[in-house]
Amino acid sequence: MERNIDIHPKHQPDGFEGQGFFATSLDKAVGLARANSLWPLPFATSCCGIEFMATMASHYDLARFGSERMSFSPRQADLLMVMGTISKKMAPVLRQVYEQMAEPKWVLCMGACASSGGIFDTYSVLQGIDRIIPVDVYIPGCPPRPEQVLDGLLKIQELAKSESTRRRESPEYKEMLNSYGIE
Amino acid sequence: MSELLDSIKNKLDANFSESILSAQMEMDFPVFVVKKNNIHEILEFLFQDGFKYLTTMCGIHFPDNEGAEFAMMYQLHSLERNERIRIKCFMSEKEIELPTVTDIWAAANWMEREAFDFYGFRFKGHPNLKRILNMDEMNYHPLRKEYPLEDASRHDKEDKYFGR
Repeated sequence: MERNIDIHPKHQPDGFEGQGFFATSLDKAVGLARANSLWPLPFATSCCGIEFMATMASHYDLARFGSERMSFSPRQADLLMVMGTISKKMAPVLRQVYEQMAEPKWVLCMGACASSGGIFDTYSVLQGIDRIIPVDVYIPGCPPRPEQVLDGLLKIQELAKSESTRRRESPEYKEMLNSYGIE
Repeated sequence: MSELLDSIKNKLDANFSESILSAQMEMDFPVFVVKKNNIHEILEFLFQDGFKYLTTMCGIHFPDNEGAEFAMMYQLHSLERNERIRIKCFMSEKEIELPTVTDIWAAANWMEREAFDFYGFRFKGHPNLKRILNMDEMNYHPLRKEYPLEDASRHDKEDKYFGR
């Protein structure tokens, strides 16, 4: 079977290149480093977590994108991956995990339940984690396929690459956190 | 299997004849409906009789059954004789209080907390009667049929999104 796959890997940011040197802005160099070494914290509570395990394992291999190092401590994690139904009783725990993460931090919200409560429109289930913490990328699906998870991770990488190093100190960012009642 | 029903009924009649309201087979299961006032003595008697294992307990809500809206069901198992029976006890919403059976079966501790959490049964003498599954801030008992099952804060199912 013959297939033409159009791949244009982009290995370096824009900048000036010459004999033995390459100059670019600090933002871009730092963003490149951050994007390709994200340490995810898998907060997996149900079937999306099973799908994530497939994403992490050798067949789909999350490690190809620099994220093979799962951090089970929020203090060393860059990316919070919320996968599965979050009950209202679990909500304060999730929020505490988010608050314990050091800046810069991103949140990936996988699946219908984490994004909106999904089919669990009931008194005990949080109707979307964006009611308690800010979310950067949502992955739709119930559960999403591993390819979608990889796509979501690449979207997070794009965010990390294009983020200015001072964004987290900006008043807009603080205001956004305050709107969730954080800090 | 109705020999089991008869034998248990005879034992209960000999000791608590006034308290047994009905005794019948439901499918293949002997079910006894008893009065609330000496439910604890009846259960203790059954425990001494060999029903050492409390399989499950559950609350029941019949909102239209006026004067006896709530019921508590005890399912007992005799491991020695391999016999299973069910005890039911009805009560009104105002008198939704029962003596605890944690002194008979320690396993009743969490089951009674669950019944309290979801239906609001109050168990007199329970060592730690607080919510077990729902969050502590919840101010109602969600499995009572007077509350909507859906989360009231969800807005994506409103009619306008479906052209209704």
